[in-house]
Amino acid sequence: MKHLLTTEGIDPAQATAILDTAASLKQALEGREVRKLPTLRGRTVITVFYENSTRTRVSFEIAGKWMSADVVNVSSSGSSVGKGESLRDTALTLAAAGADCVIVRHPASGAAHRLAGWLREAGTSVVNAGDGMHEHPTQALLDAATLRERLGELRGRRIAIVGDVLHSRVARSNVHLLTALGADVTLVAPPTLLPTGVASWPVTVSHELDAELPSLDAVMLLRVQAERMHGGFFPSAREYSIAYGLSERRLKLLPEHAVVLHPGPMLRGMEIASAVADSPRAAITDQVRNGVHVRMAVLYHLLAHEEETA
Amino acid sequence: MAPRQRGATDPAGERELLSAGDVARTVARMAHQIIEKTALDAPSAPAVVLMGIPSRGAPLARRLAVRIAEFSGVEVPTGTLDVTLYRDDLRRGPTRPLEATKLPEGGIDDKLVVLVDDVLFSGRTIRAALDALRDHGRPRAVQLAVLVDRGHRELPIRADYVGKNVPTARTEEVHVLLEEFDQRDGVVLR
Repeated sequence: MKHLLTTEGIDPAQATAILDTAASLKQALEGREVRKLPTLRGRTVITVFYENSTRTRVSFEIAGKWMSADVVNVSSSGSSVGKGESLRDTALTLAAAGADCVIVRHPASGAAHRLAGWLREAGTSVVNAGDGMHEHPTQALLDAATLRERLGELRGRRIAIVGDVLHSRVARSNVHLLTALGADVTLVAPPTLLPTGVASWPVTVSHELDAELPSLDAVMLLRVQAERMHGGFFPSAREYSIAYGLSERRLKLLPEHAVVLHPGPMLRGMEIASAVADSPRAAITDQVRNGVHVRMAVLYHLLAHEEETA
Repeated sequence: MAPRQRGATDPAGERELLSAGDVARTVARMAHQIIEKTALDAPSAPAVVLMGIPSRGAPLARRLAVRIAEFSGVEVPTGTLDVTLYRDDLRRGPTRPLEATKLPEGGIDDKLVVLVDDVLFSGRTIRAALDALRDHGRPRAVQLAVLVDRGHRELPIRADYVGKNVPTARTEEVHVLLEEFDQRDGVVLR
């Protein structure tokens, strides 16, 4: 594996290998005084974030540091990006400065792919840490890791992804990955928040959350991305909450074993009731914890070995 | 077909160095040596733990522990120590899958840790294991037990307990076969 840009068309064996590595890393680091492995000593990882993010950037930074890589963070404010340098020039500069891996978050869908193209000659790996409304593969992997931990094997499991699917890169990456791992995915959203062409996705679509809940193994809530909405996608936050928010009443409709996920940051009271977010059924902090191990696993698979060249 | 003779090369180019019986006897002998050298059955004995290096070191460590308990009456805790993340040759090949690391209850602090592996070759695995151990705690001492020492060391590392010394050419491969993985016990040269 040279880059991690998307989960679309991901080889299930490759995905499983990353998840297994993450689980081993988690187990290997548990209870240790020294949470640092020498595996990526001498490798340089640069995170370039053109959008604000604490969770993802910190998670990658910790992952890199726990593997002993040198991690450098670049944010768009306070760098040449703010002065108007193009993404391509920034990327080539970082590669020339010695980056073995560039982790990029960008508001434009497809930015990570372009970057990977520009960096082909430099041999630098690229990880997509969220590109516009397109994909966020490491989030999908950490969600799958969390689900595997709680549910075991994902094959045949019923998972609902609820909310703003249209604007959600998390939803897209999860649909590809979870179906590749054999889960049955249902998208639950108002028609206005479903992308066109959803009919060709390997999922079922529903507009009625209550009807789906009793047969689910997991509910994955999405953040309502107000910053991406230019127009009325739903009448009001209150109405959204009534139709698609995970309330305490709805939690009772779920089977006992079912898991509640949210990629964060969550809007308590709107997408998810506070009591639900804090209940033991919610795996939200587990997701964050697993995020570090999954990102360590991704860096391991990208950087620890020599690329097999044909 | 006539039973294969030890030392003879079969048509598959495989030469048997140790039979299943030899492996059992060797493990028993090594267990005796560990008991003797560590004096683990003496009243003032240090606490000994066996740490197997996956994959084949792990079942070997468990077998040694069973024999040690049989011969001395002392239950020696065993664990496994995956050294993949500590290797200095990771960049030389395809991605290696990780194996389990499991410290025995009570950890390894102030214990006499006996590392157990199947084959001692360049010594790089053991160097990685020493680094890994350091991140898990501070053993009182570390010893090394291997079923086969095939030579060609690249680092100043020596085993305390050796099942069998096997002079080999660098091009040859020594394979330790164990029931747990290979459906039979034995050591073969390919």
